[in-house]
Amino acid sequence: MNNIKANRLKDQIFKYWGIACTLLGLVLLAIFIGSILIDGLQRIDWDFITSLPSRKAERAGIYTALMGSVWVLVLTTLIALPLGIAAAIYLEEYAKKGRLSSLLEVNISNLAGVPSIIYGLLGLEIFVRVAEMGSSVLAGSFTLALLILPIVIVSTREAIKAVPQSVRDASFALGASKWQTVARQLLPASFGGILTGVILALSRAVGETAPLIVIGALTYVPFAPESPMDEFSVLPIQIFNWISRPQEGFEVNAAAAIIILLLITFLMNGIAVFFRNKWQKKLG
Amino acid sequence: MTQQVNENIVDKSIKRVHKLEARGVKVFYDNFEAIKGIDMQIKANKVTAFIGPSGCGKSTFLRLFDRMNDYVDGFRMEGEILIDGENIYKKKVNVEQLRKQVGMVFQKPNPFPKSIYENVAYGLKIQGIKDKKFLKEKVEESLKQVALWDEVKDDLNKSAMALSGGQQQRLCIARTLAVEPSIILMDEPTSALDPLSTAKIEELIYELKQKYTIVIVTHNMQQAGRISDYTAFFYLGELIEYDKSKKLFTNPEKQQTENYITGRFG
Ligand SMILES: Nc1ncnc2c1ncn2[C@@H]1O[C@H](COP(=O)(O)OP(=O)(O)O)[C@@H](O)[C@H]1O
Ligand SMILES: [Mg+2]
Repeated sequence: MNNIKANRLKDQIFKYWGIACTLLGLVLLAIFIGSILIDGLQRIDWDFITSLPSRKAERAGIYTALMGSVWVLVLTTLIALPLGIAAAIYLEEYAKKGRLSSLLEVNISNLAGVPSIIYGLLGLEIFVRVAEMGSSVLAGSFTLALLILPIVIVSTREAIKAVPQSVRDASFALGASKWQTVARQLLPASFGGILTGVILALSRAVGETAPLIVIGALTYVPFAPESPMDEFSVLPIQIFNWISRPQEGFEVNAAAAIIILLLITFLMNGIAVFFRNKWQKKLG
Repeated sequence: MTQQVNENIVDKSIKRVHKLEARGVKVFYDNFEAIKGIDMQIKANKVTAFIGPSGCGKSTFLRLFDRMNDYVDGFRMEGEILIDGENIYKKKVNVEQLRKQVGMVFQKPNPFPKSIYENVAYGLKIQGIKDKKFLKEKVEESLKQVALWDEVKDDLNKSAMALSGGQQQRLCIARTLAVEPSIILMDEPTSALDPLSTAKIEELIYELKQKYTIVIVTHNMQQAGRISDYTAFFYLGELIEYDKSKKLFTNPEKQQTENYITGRFG
């Protein structure tokens, strides 16, 4: 009898502890977003988005950094998507399950945990110097593509794995080759899941700062990039740059830019969740 | 002697008496011997049933005839499997081509998560057939063969996943027929279905044997008795008895067979 009471008490304590922990996270996030909104919201207008950087805080805008981020996102996608999906298909459908493939698997999982600055150093050596891309959008995109590649591979594999074996059986039994089965059954059926993983990976890439600073992305660029070989900045670097200035006006600018960056991230996550739900319904 | 020769000539031009043949077949999964040396001949345009307790190797043996075990980890085979006298495990055999000739229906209905139309047309589309009119006709013909056409003709673009289990299984059979195989392998095709759907499939199998050689795994003895011409009883990876179904079910030669069909084990 006593035991039951004691257990129930523990139950209650843990429940409230859990609620408190959850709330703490939410409250901190709310305070952070709230203070950013208070600081930055009034600064956001069309001019802020379309203006070039300036030494005067009230005239400075995020245009070049935003365009830099868009360029990097698009190129990163173009590089990481085919590589990641191809690797995932190979590992999931073609590779013989053995020591080599499990070694690869462990390695890829570990890569997802490597600090991003290490990718920056790798990018600096391989893309900027050896491949002679310089501190260009392309070099930055290759670097970020490497960074998100493990995430793309792992989530694509999960999505492909979620397609029931019976679909493969049925396809093979009708005389389909492996490639036909992959292209006509597995990829369409796992499309939503792959997309979800890719978008989440990209929303991580859009916030990355360290590796891009390492490869030499600029803190101040007067023009938006016009080709993959141009120099560039990105939103988080612009924010970092503004925050480190002493004048008050730039702090407001930084807050406003943070709001834009958060908006982009939330939007991407929202789209990812949307596709995940749609995809789960289709398979179920 | 002359008769023998004549029969062989007939075999080549129309059909052989023995459509399928296993010669000294052993199957291993790593070191486990799942099939322990089976010789067997299966007649064309008949329904042959495989019965036996769970795990005795029926599915393994059945899947040899369309090489569906090829991708299974640790699978290894000895001996020969012949279709129309040709060893299908020879190196130069095109497995995709073989599987167009040998259809397979699985235990759990497994339509693709696509429309009804796409399910039936898939086997033809992967052969590179693009002619819309031809595909449409073939889809209709196949669905009619399995008596599903009237039920779905207005919903061809609806997802196959929305059909009932019995309808799904008939769709899977239609999908197989569309490729025009000469052999259909069925692995417990009704074990996931209700009695009414089961009856429909059994009726269908009865009609199909005019044109197809059918091999069906079942652990429903009544079903084997109802629909099959020949029955093979497997036990622990061995073919224990193989005879006309009437004979096997009424007057089996082996004690083990009798024990099994009278429900004393398995
Ligand atoms: N993929 C596999 N790997 C290892 N053993 C298997 C595999 N598939 C089947 N077996 C084994 O082979 C034997 C025969 O299996 P199966 O052909 O599925 O029997 P049945 O269809 O008669 O129930 C069983 O003992 C089973 O455990
Ligand atoms: Mg089985």
